[in-house]
Amino acid sequence: MLETLMLSRIQFAANISFHILFPTITIALSWFLFYFKLRFDQTSDPVWMRAYRFWVKIFALTFAIGVVTGITMSFQFGTNWPKFMETVGNIAGPLLGYEVLTAFFLEAGFLGIMLFGINRVSARVHTLSTLIVAIGTSLSAFWILALNSWMQTPQGHEMRDGVAFPVDWFAIIFNPSFPYRLMHMVIASGLTAAFLVAGISAYRLLKGDDKQAPKLTLKIALTVAALLTPLQIFVGDMHGLNTLEHQPQKIAAMEGVWHTEKGAPLLLFAVPDEEQKTNHFEVAIPNMASFILTHDLNGEIKGLNEFEGNHPPVAPVFFAFRIMVGLGMLMLAIAWFSRIQLWRKNQLPPWLLKALVAMSFSGWVATLAGWYVTEIGRQPWLVTGILTIRDAATDIAPENVGLTLIMYLILYAVLMVSYLHTVFTMAGRAVEIEEISDDEKVKPVVQSHTVVKG
Amino acid sequence: MFEANTLAVIFVSLMGLSILLYAILDGFDLGVGILLPLEQKDNSDTMIASIGPFWDANETWLVLAVGLLLIAFPAAHSYIFKELYLPTAVLLISLVLRGVAFDFRAKAAFSHKPTWNKVFKAGSLLAALSQGYMLGMYVMGFESTLAAYSFSLLSAFGVAAAYSYIGACWLIMKTEGELQIQAVNWAKKSGLICFLGVVAVSLVNPLINPDVYAKWFSWPNTLYILPLPLICFGLFIFSFIQLKQLPKVNDKGCWRPFVAAVVIFTLCFFGLAFSFFPYIVPNQLTIWETAAAPESLSFLLWGTIIVVPVIFSYTAFSYRVFWGKVQELRYH
Repeated sequence: MLETLMLSRIQFAANISFHILFPTITIALSWFLFYFKLRFDQTSDPVWMRAYRFWVKIFALTFAIGVVTGITMSFQFGTNWPKFMETVGNIAGPLLGYEVLTAFFLEAGFLGIMLFGINRVSARVHTLSTLIVAIGTSLSAFWILALNSWMQTPQGHEMRDGVAFPVDWFAIIFNPSFPYRLMHMVIASGLTAAFLVAGISAYRLLKGDDKQAPKLTLKIALTVAALLTPLQIFVGDMHGLNTLEHQPQKIAAMEGVWHTEKGAPLLLFAVPDEEQKTNHFEVAIPNMASFILTHDLNGEIKGLNEFEGNHPPVAPVFFAFRIMVGLGMLMLAIAWFSRIQLWRKNQLPPWLLKALVAMSFSGWVATLAGWYVTEIGRQPWLVTGILTIRDAATDIAPENVGLTLIMYLILYAVLMVSYLHTVFTMAGRAVEIEEISDDEKVKPVVQSHTVVKG
Repeated sequence: MFEANTLAVIFVSLMGLSILLYAILDGFDLGVGILLPLEQKDNSDTMIASIGPFWDANETWLVLAVGLLLIAFPAAHSYIFKELYLPTAVLLISLVLRGVAFDFRAKAAFSHKPTWNKVFKAGSLLAALSQGYMLGMYVMGFESTLAAYSFSLLSAFGVAAAYSYIGACWLIMKTEGELQIQAVNWAKKSGLICFLGVVAVSLVNPLINPDVYAKWFSWPNTLYILPLPLICFGLFIFSFIQLKQLPKVNDKGCWRPFVAAVVIFTLCFFGLAFSFFPYIVPNQLTIWETAAAPESLSFLLWGTIIVVPVIFSYTAFSYRVFWGKVQELRYH
């Protein structure tokens, strides 16, 4: 029988992992939509409206799942981790409050006009609503990442009788890891959306869609992906250096460095052994980890031995990090290769389209892997140096936590299957739709079967 | 700068406002979901179209209400949701199912649409029932007695009926023709159950909680508070008379039942708030015992003062954009 602590952790991890998938898409997809709508307003070329109309439906679906799975989170901070709010609620509370007030209402408030209002408001107001939704989604990333970063690298507070009180809000929000984490996550969102748009557009082309819209969106998505991948690698590296400074034990786990060493090798693969405090089956590039992290081939990397009893479990952090980096490299390669192909030949061979379809949701995997690195890498702390996971846990009976966990897992499995099925069904259906006639060019009209989209 | 005690009152008022707005706004769209006729394809499309542009924003009031409880009264948040752990899980799962069904039904393969309609209806009903059950348990002070469970079950059906009632009134206002007539019938039935529910809660609440009894039946309090149940009663009568006459020529007064329902919801809410203030967990914890640090609440308050009026204005704008009968939402 699992204890309440472990079940609560699994439940919270399941809920937040499932939830984050959908905002990761919508944060950036909203900006894609704004761009499509803006281009339509400027050029009156109906292909932009067709691109907008197709993607706004996928946005609506994704956004809805993000909203409803997000409601769960607002309850579970209290139910699963009661001591969290009691200890750091004075810091976490206002940050969450500002997220709801400035972001959630903004996006949800203008979503209705964005989805259904195209014939009820002027083109300008409609485009503005799309922009406001995009700003809202980005603002929510700002606030929640400020809180998460504060939990990683807290500052600007003081402890009185074991409870954190705010001293300097600017220092709390702009804590050391925040700028890096925010950049890293926003770009991750951009890549996730770019690969989704590219993958679904490629799927439509493979299904024999000879319209302009999927070709156009494929090109835009690949351009964005080709630009963002190198940027992400650069930002990720800076984030790593920031982590080395503030949470060296996390870096030690990521790199599998058991003992402090100079000239540490970069492990491409290994199997960390927590018992014997060593790695098996190492495949390594000598001195490379030291070089990347200290910019000196013989630089010193602190090992896990310096953080006895105060470092995260090594294997999950180590592997998640390699999955993230490996996928990042694959994304870099395929984005550049496809974009160059498209530039030279103006079309992609079927095998490459298929590869892009396979990569449609690669952003999800990379983003989740990245979050596992940083969140498991924070263990055993919930808030670094202030509160451990164990101390924050609830005392609800394990049966209740287990029962609800099973309910959530079944729900998420059903939702995931339905979501993927629906996205590809919508793409397949779009192939059949006729080109829009000329009169619709002036006054856009939604296809009749999309009357009651949500 | 505000004092700690003042801040607690300000934030509990804000939270109360969010709960009230949630009950009204998500109340009508949950109600529409509960009433969804599974066999009538066209009507169910129209009904769902009537709430389409609003439901995301409506549910955000729940996030704000629960968020404010978490932020301003963290100890009360843990207490209440640990007591209500299982009904909360049921509520969350039904809200998730209902929200996604809303989108899937329009976008999934056509053959799956009836299934998603069922999920939408069941999710709406279950969400309303679990909210009512939670309200019942709250009023009963989270007791584990047969009386408490029975009352909570009663309250579950009461809230489901109340949501159906306001949902039906919303449909009377937003639709026309045959569906409107159907909505009038729904409003009559659910209104009656809702009325009985309100009466039941009003009787049980003071009988079970001596403090509540003392509050309502102490002179001169009774005199000040008396208009509240009287107006509420009057509004029910007014609604039933209106419902008998609807629909009228030129659709005159189609908005009256909805406005009456909104006022009834508001009065009931104030009745409950009056009963329990300053307790945030009935007879256990007051708002002052559980409030977060004043420096945190002040920081949030400044933003709230600026942002909440903006939220109200763009919410009003959104309802203005989609003003009028829902048929106009259809593009052909």
